This record gives sequence, structure tokens and C-alpha cells, in this order.
Amino acid sequence: MDKSTCLEVKGLSKWFGGLAANLDIDFSVEEGEIVSVIGPNGAGKSTLFNCITGFYKPNSGKVSFFGKDITKFRADKVCNLGIARTFQIVQVISDMTVLENVVTGALLRYTRIGPATEKAEEILTFTGLIDKKSFLGSELTIADKKRLEVSMALATQPRLLMLDESMAGLTIVELRNIMNLIKKIRDQGMTLIVVEHVMEAVMEISDRVIVLNSGKKIMEGLPKEVVSCQEVIQAYLGDKYRAVC
Amino acid sequence: MKKFTIKQISVTGITLLLLLLFPLVITQTYLIHVMILVFMFGMLGVAWNIMGGYAGMFSFGQAAFFGIGAYTSSFLLVTFQINPWIGLIAGGLVAALMAAAIGYPCSNLRGHYFAIATIAFGEIVRIHFNNWKLVNAAEGITIPMMDESLANFMFHSSKLPYYYIMLAFLLLALVICYFVANSKMGYYFRAIKESHDVAEVLGVNVVRYRLIAIMVSAFLSAMAGTFYAQYILYIDPESVMLLAISVQIVLISMLGGAGTIMGPVIGAAILLPISELTRIWLGHKGTGVDMLIYGFLITLISVYQPQGIWGLFANIGKKKNG
Amino acid sequence: MLSVNNISVGYKGLLAIQDVSFHINKGEVVSLVGSNGAGKSTIVKTIAGLLHPVKGEITFDNDPIHQIPPYEVVKKKISMIPEGRQLFGRLSVLDNLMLGAYSLDSKEEIQKTLENVFHLFPILRERKGQRSDTFSGGEQQQLAIARGLMSHPTLLMLDEPSLGLGPKLVSEIFRIVEEINANGVTILLVEQNVHEALQISHRAYVLQTGRVVLEGEGKDLLKSDLVRQAYLGM
Repeated sequence: MDKSTCLEVKGLSKWFGGLAANLDIDFSVEEGEIVSVIGPNGAGKSTLFNCITGFYKPNSGKVSFFGKDITKFRADKVCNLGIARTFQIVQVISDMTVLENVVTGALLRYTRIGPATEKAEEILTFTGLIDKKSFLGSELTIADKKRLEVSMALATQPRLLMLDESMAGLTIVELRNIMNLIKKIRDQGMTLIVVEHVMEAVMEISDRVIVLNSGKKIMEGLPKEVVSCQEVIQAYLGDKYRAVC
Repeated sequence: MKKFTIKQISVTGITLLLLLLFPLVITQTYLIHVMILVFMFGMLGVAWNIMGGYAGMFSFGQAAFFGIGAYTSSFLLVTFQINPWIGLIAGGLVAALMAAAIGYPCSNLRGHYFAIATIAFGEIVRIHFNNWKLVNAAEGITIPMMDESLANFMFHSSKLPYYYIMLAFLLLALVICYFVANSKMGYYFRAIKESHDVAEVLGVNVVRYRLIAIMVSAFLSAMAGTFYAQYILYIDPESVMLLAISVQIVLISMLGGAGTIMGPVIGAAILLPISELTRIWLGHKGTGVDMLIYGFLITLISVYQPQGIWGLFANIGKKKNG
Repeated sequence: MLSVNNISVGYKGLLAIQDVSFHINKGEVVSLVGSNGAGKSTIVKTIAGLLHPVKGEITFDNDPIHQIPPYEVVKKKISMIPEGRQLFGRLSVLDNLMLGAYSLDSKEEIQKTLENVFHLFPILRERKGQRSDTFSGGEQQQLAIARGLMSHPTLLMLDEPSLGLGPKLVSEIFRIVEEINANGVTILLVEQNVHEALQISHRAYVLQTGRVVLEGEGKDLLKSDLVRQAYLGM
């Protein structure tokens, strides 16, 4: 089957006053890929996410989703078209139950509460939160909130799922669970772009890795290429990763 | 739709029956008047709740919509002899349009900033009407005496018809609120209340849904305004557009339980009688005593039961079920 | 120095931690490790006075501290760096630091402590007028630790300092923790990054579902089967 280009970003720049948060970023993601974006804090990863998903308007450049120009689209419209995302600081609806949270997401594609609830339960089973469906959003641990956020995003039935630091603060066992979940999501036909600091996870799940530093893309390639690159080690990885590049 | 328990249906049924029989049994007109006010403020509270308790837009300007409803129907009646029931709908539409006009530029305002904007809006409307020759400015409008009839929305011999009409209006508002709360719209409102980001990321057009909330709220508030005009038979900006009315609407909703369907009604049922009774017993010396009592009750609720009095009932129910 | 005896702490009727006991000797680095929801943060918050145990007691240099409010705990020279940094975003670096010194009385002591802190974190001296929410995550973490040091603590508790930081910064933060310890501050470290935490700890305790399941010296635990399987993924 011919895989099409899911997302294409060309020459994307975003300025805040005199500061270039993103400068001339180019990359593309094929359908079904898992691409990780790494880089130090302040490198522009979340800004890039916000520009792609319509929360910020880029100052220049173009974002295309399956060939359609979505550069100037508002966030809710981008979601409608099939891009879902999570936030670096996890956001769920605290006064609603876990189930109600996911139903809210599912209501994008189902107008009536009944079918939306069925879909929500399906998704909660898929992500492993079904036993906690009556818990209030405010009662969850951070790890479960992240899982809930992913569930809500999945409920909108996206073709591209963008995860912003979903793995922060998880132990190895919990990481394994999330990584398996991500692989399951990809196996269902979705494409994923993931911002992460947990290098073990990045190495294991990524088809390709993009490295940002100070607003610019400094490298792109296979995971093992990226971790052996001197510039990346200098900027972000530290001396534990030996330079072979 | 949620399924109702036998208990819920019977409690609702009995309450409704009691309310229907009340004015037939209790004949003191003053007490009937208090109940009418309870229903009216209950409706205003429910209307506020739709945009405030559910969608998170705390409005301190509801009196403007209430007043616009009263003025629209009264003006049309006095100037063009248009039937008040038609005036009722017209008032609702005018209020909804005004709500959209103010709501759109305020789409990005949240929390305190939105509240301040609504205070400004309410006061601007009141001051404008106070100076507007077309509607008699500060002198107000007197609703002309007409033959007693339902079609004329006017009754002289007894308060009973007003009682039942206001009760019907309240029930209408509650039904609308129920449908909103249990529909896609209700979920989206609650998402917007939590955070615009969360709502947008789930595909919600935040601007559109905020406007819907404001417009529905305005329409219902305006309906209450027309009722008031036809009941009291005299309106002026100081009696229908006062900031104090807006504040009272927020208070009864918060006391009773914001974000619940019945909350504002409970709040009205408690605060209105207190307000009226302190006015009788203490006369001029008593001005503001009801506010003191409100303040005390609000403090109690905020500390011990932030979900409002309705939350108390809900928790009792939960504890019984284990 | 710090002795936690059989404490149980709960929220809303559910016990988050049960019958937990451990101690910290002066000059040590002690880690609490375990998964999410194991109760590590709850313990630190309880020591800091933000929560109170329903059972058990906590003593610091033989002084009971489990019933006193948080500002009294700070006065006893116990300082906490909360999870997620919790800086005063709209305030500058200097303002955050000065607020950290709130419990100190003398101007000289404050100045001296400020100098020490700037010595440890030179980037904060450079940017002392800058609003703290404009900093990147790693810089914010440095500021959070610096602010905690401003009260001149003898016991410093860090809750997940490496959260959300890239590998290079994680190493940097652990190096700083070691340096602070070398300067005479006793450290209680709560971490999900079990490997790094155990490497710098004299002793550590492993928590699961609110109870201590394993304790020992840092390097011994690195070799234990339980830890290797559950937390190091081997």
C-alpha cells in the first residue's frame, strides 16, 4: 500500500518579540511513522507543536496535513481534520469523571451521548483506564492523567497524534506500558510525533528522530545516528553518550 | 438520557403537586407574591447557571438582559400596542442579539476579566436607559391597564394566574437547562469552563459555544423581565437594571449550587424569603440586613460546602447508597 | 537526624502511606524510590508539614515536627523543593530567592547565603532580574533548588528534581545535589530516575503502594534483583 506524506512542515518560523522560538524548520512525517522530537528545554519543541496544531500562528512557513495547507487554521479546526495532541503540562477536565472526559472527546465524531459513551469505553479499555472510569479527573495521579489525556485525544479519532512529554516521571515498568500503547496506536494506523526527554523510550519506539536546539533543527535521522552525533551530545545528551559522528 | 429512579420521580412529582396546590391553600397574597419572586429569581438563576455554572462565564450583568426583556415588551405594548406575549419573544431575541454583540468581542476573556466586562456592560445599559428619551429615561414606563385575560397577560383580581405562569416559565427554564446539561452542548460547556485549550484540542469551537451559552442565558433572563413588567406594571432602569439584581442572581446560584440544575432554585427558595421577610420586619432599619445574612450564608457555604446547598443533598443521597 | 516512625497519611479516607518508618543520619544522601502513586511525594509533603499523619510521629533532632505548620518546619532548617518546581513565575530570580530567605533574620546572613547560591548556580547571577517563567525547564530547576537553599537548611528535600529534563541536564542536577551534600547539607531525595538516584545515595528506601518494601545502601540496592527488575528494567 502506498504510504502518503502525513505532515509536511516547510520553513516554519515563529517569533516572540525579538526571540526566534522556531527558525526555518523543515521536516516531513510519513503515514504510520513514529517520529520523536528531542532537544533541550527552550529549544522550541512545544512552540513547534503549537504552530502545527493551530494554537500559535507561525510568522512564516507552511504546514500541510495529507496535502492540505493547514498553516492558518485554528486549533479546533485542526483537530477536526484529524490531528490530536497532548500538552506538556497535562490538562484534563477535573470536575468530570474519566469516562465523561473521554466522551467529550468522542463527541467530535458522534453527536449523541449514547454512541459517544460506547466509543469512550472502547478507548478506555484500549488505554487501560477502564477500571477507573468513575474517578474524577482531579482524583487521578499524574501518570493516569497523562493516560487520560491520551485517551481523550484518541477519542477524536485522529490520523496524527502528537504527544508532548507523555513519559515524564514514569518508572521503567510504566514506561514499558506507555511504549506498548504507542506501538499499539501506530498499529491501528495512526502516525505519531512525540516530544520526549526519556532517551530509552526515544531509542526504542522511534523510526526517526529530529533534534531541535535554540529554535533550529540541528539534526534529523535514525535514532542511533542522532545519539552518536557530536553536536547533539554537546547540546543535549551529555558525555554519557559517546561521540562517534 | 439519564434514567430516573423511582425515588427521583416521586420526589419531583410530590414537589410539583405541592407547588401547584400552594396558592389554593395558602391564601395570603403576600406569601404568594414571595413565591412568585422565588420562581422568578429561580429562573434568572437557572439562566445564569447555563453560562456561569456550566460554561464558566461568571456574569455580573444579567440585570441588563432582564431589563431589556422588560423594556422591549413594554415599549412595544405602549407604543405599538403589540401583544405582550409577542413582546416576550421579541424581548428574548433583542436580549440574545445584545448578548451576541457583547459576547463576541469578549470571547477571549475569562474568569475575573470576563466578570468585570459584564459589570461594565450591565451598568452601561442601565445608564443608557436612564437617559434615553425614547423609553422615558428615568421616569420609566407604566404598563397600561387592560382587560384581564391570558391573552393580554394581565390579571387584576388575583395573583394566582401570575403564580402559575411564572411557575411554568421556571419549569421551561429547568427543562432547557436539563437538555443542555445532558447533551453534547453540556459536555462542551464544561470543557470550556475547565480550559479553553482543553476544549479546542478536542475540536470544540470555543467562540461559537460561548456565544450559544450567553444567548440562551440572555433569552431566558429577558423572558423573566417581560413577566416582571406585566406583573408589577411599572418599570424603570433603577428597578430592573440594577447591579444589585445581577449580584443577587449570582449569589443565589452560588449558594444553591452552581453547575447543577436545581441549585439556583434552592438558592432562590432560601434567599428570597429572607430578603423579603427582613424587609418587612425591619423596615428601613433593615436595609442591608438581608445582605448581611447572605454574606454569612455564602461564607459558610464556601468553607464547608463549596458545591452549594444542592451539593449537601447530593452527598446525603450518596452516603445512603454507600 | 530525621526519624520517621510508623506514619500513616491519608487523603479523604484512603491511606496513601501506611506504617512507614525510616531515618536519615546527618550528612547522608538518602533516596526514596518507587513508582507513581507509591507515596513518595506524600512522605516528603508530610515531613514538610503540608500534610499531617493520622498515625505515627516524625522527629528532627529529637524534636517532634509532625504536628507543626509548614513555616515552623522551615524555621527548623528543613527545606523542600517541590515537584514541578513551583516557582513564583511572575517574579524575578532575585525575588524568588529573597522569598526563599523569608525565615532568615539577619541581612548579613541573607547576603552570605545569596553569594553561596550564586556561586553554585552562576547562571542565576547573570539573570537575576529576569522573570522566572521565561526560563527553560533546567534553569527553573536550578532556581527552585537555589530558592530552597536560601533558608540555609540543614536538611534539604528534593521531590523529583530530574522530571522533564534532558539527559545532560539530569546529570548536571545530580552533580549539583552531590556538591550541596559535600557542603554539609543532608539530603532526602525522591526520584523516579532510580539509577541516577541510587548512584549518589548513601542509603535508599524502596516504596510500593504506600509501604517500604526494601532498604539498604545505594550501591547494594543497585544490585538487588527487585530493583533491577522493577525499576531498572533488567
